[in-house]
Amino acid sequence: MTVAEVEATPPVSPRARRRRLLLRRFLRRPMAVAGLVVAVGFVLMAVFAPVVAPYDPNATDFDAILEKPSWEHLLGTDELGRDVFSRIVFGARASIQAGVFSTLLAIAIAVPIGLAAGYYRGWIDPVISRVTDVLLAFPFLILAVGLAAILGPSLLNATIALGLAAVPGLVRVARGEALALREEDYVRAAVANGAGDARILGRHIVPNMTGTLIVQATVTIPAAIIGEAALSFLGLGVQPPTPSWGVMLADAQSYLSDAPRLALYPGLAIFFCSLSFNLLGDGLRDVLDPKTQR
Amino acid sequence: MEPLLDVRDLSVRFDTDDGTVHAVDRLSFDLRPGEVLGVVGESGCGKSVTMMSILGLLPETATVSGTARFGGMDLLAARAPELRRVRGRQISVVFQEPMTSLNPVFTVGRQVGEVLQRHLGLSRAAARTRAIELLDLVHIPAAARRVDEYPHQLSGGMRQRVMIAMAIACDPKIVIADEPTTALDVTIQAGILDLMRELRERLQTAIVLITHNLGVVADLADRVVVMYAGRKVEEAPVHELFARPQHQYTIGLLDAIPRRGAGDANGRLREIPGRVPSLARVPEACAFAPRCPRADDPCVRALPRLVRFSPGHVAACVHPGREAA
Repeated sequence: MTVAEVEATPPVSPRARRRRLLLRRFLRRPMAVAGLVVAVGFVLMAVFAPVVAPYDPNATDFDAILEKPSWEHLLGTDELGRDVFSRIVFGARASIQAGVFSTLLAIAIAVPIGLAAGYYRGWIDPVISRVTDVLLAFPFLILAVGLAAILGPSLLNATIALGLAAVPGLVRVARGEALALREEDYVRAAVANGAGDARILGRHIVPNMTGTLIVQATVTIPAAIIGEAALSFLGLGVQPPTPSWGVMLADAQSYLSDAPRLALYPGLAIFFCSLSFNLLGDGLRDVLDPKTQR
Repeated sequence: MEPLLDVRDLSVRFDTDDGTVHAVDRLSFDLRPGEVLGVVGESGCGKSVTMMSILGLLPETATVSGTARFGGMDLLAARAPELRRVRGRQISVVFQEPMTSLNPVFTVGRQVGEVLQRHLGLSRAAARTRAIELLDLVHIPAAARRVDEYPHQLSGGMRQRVMIAMAIACDPKIVIADEPTTALDVTIQAGILDLMRELRERLQTAIVLITHNLGVVADLADRVVVMYAGRKVEEAPVHELFARPQHQYTIGLLDAIPRRGAGDANGRLREIPGRVPSLARVPEACAFAPRCPRADDPCVRALPRLVRFSPGHVAACVHPGREAA
């Protein structure tokens, strides 16, 4: 391109140009767009549950027990005559809250620990790594169940338990990234140009980790959503009668032969919710990672 | 003239599993304001380690001794915060690998601006304006647009220009260029060398040019230090070195430069036989002796002293100069 051509291009602010570029790249991925739409749908459903739900999710109607889906009750009613659709809608609140906040909690705890181990090395690295290895020997759900049992049953405690259970995996990812990134030439160059630890970590290591962290978060959010359902199913999370997909699954157990749809709907909700976050995450990774920009 | 940087008896040791490695052995040199000092030698002779030790950039496994006087302070004894104020502000570095020396997630403008914000306390907007000027100074076309591009959108030569812009951003007294052109195509190399020559004339910055390419040295340097196995074997003004090389190693290097009419009767280039010695076992003798065509007993009995041949020209060789043909 000649200089004249360059100067002839209309003056667009670089940030706006980049944003438009990212948007176009995202829109080119149909699965990512589908994931975004469904995930946003679930989030909106959770936020505006009182508006979306046609009934009070806890209102019982003993004249309409175990009813089949109809215009009056879109997904039918359960064994206490509660509107299943309304309960699914309100159940999204527990799932989204547990999924998103536990993941944020896990990242907030795990990234500093991983950075300390991977960037500073020294004695702290083997200590953190061995503890992480031990914790990783426990399956995610076992760890979450154990922690939830210690903390006591409630949605907040379930969220904390899920977040803590996700920490070891994220620590390992953050440590590995920090370990690799500290050897990068641009980190060496930054040190040679007088950057201190804070700047190296803040400007060079953490920003270059975000792609990996987003990928990891997209694995963690659906895992936490499923985990919340599992904890609630076991009675360690949301307490009945507050609606949660896990609680609904647990309640449906007794009616599997008469009304399998009572288990099917919350199951599908869990499935689509976690899938949508997964797809969204994959798309975000592809779009945001500047290293794949060509 | 008072030297800008005065390095005395610099030694760098690495303690490894295979024993102690002497990467740099009692090296002394100085650098005067505004001059270009070429540091030449094969891979692994301690060129880069020398420069990294001066800026305190070596890993903790390194043991450094000696002194490096710079503006009234000893860089080798300086503490980390003091060194950080020197790095990038007074002494900056251009690395060999332009492809990987820029952070991929920030625009080049942000990265050039970062140095300005940190060392000169410029605001972000002022740093950006200055970054455009700097990119312009290193001849990046359409700097005002390039400033917002990411490193992957630039070619290797352009990235090296960005690295140079970063290095000169704070108007440092010394720029250390560690193999600045090695990773680039030949035509791009010439452009970068032209740029460095121009900047040196405009900014009066002293440059330490680390390279294994004597052609680059001939092109740019005022003075040359030839290193072999961690030791200085010869030092001379550049014309003197090319006209009257004294150390057999320097002679070998010069004879290995491809050029018209070079080589033996068969048109084959003369190479230096053998390999660089392992730095774990450098004898207290001429380290080049095992590869030297003229080596004899005195060469391996004691470490040859640096002998002065003419003003500014020293060499550590028992059999100095070319053999009378």
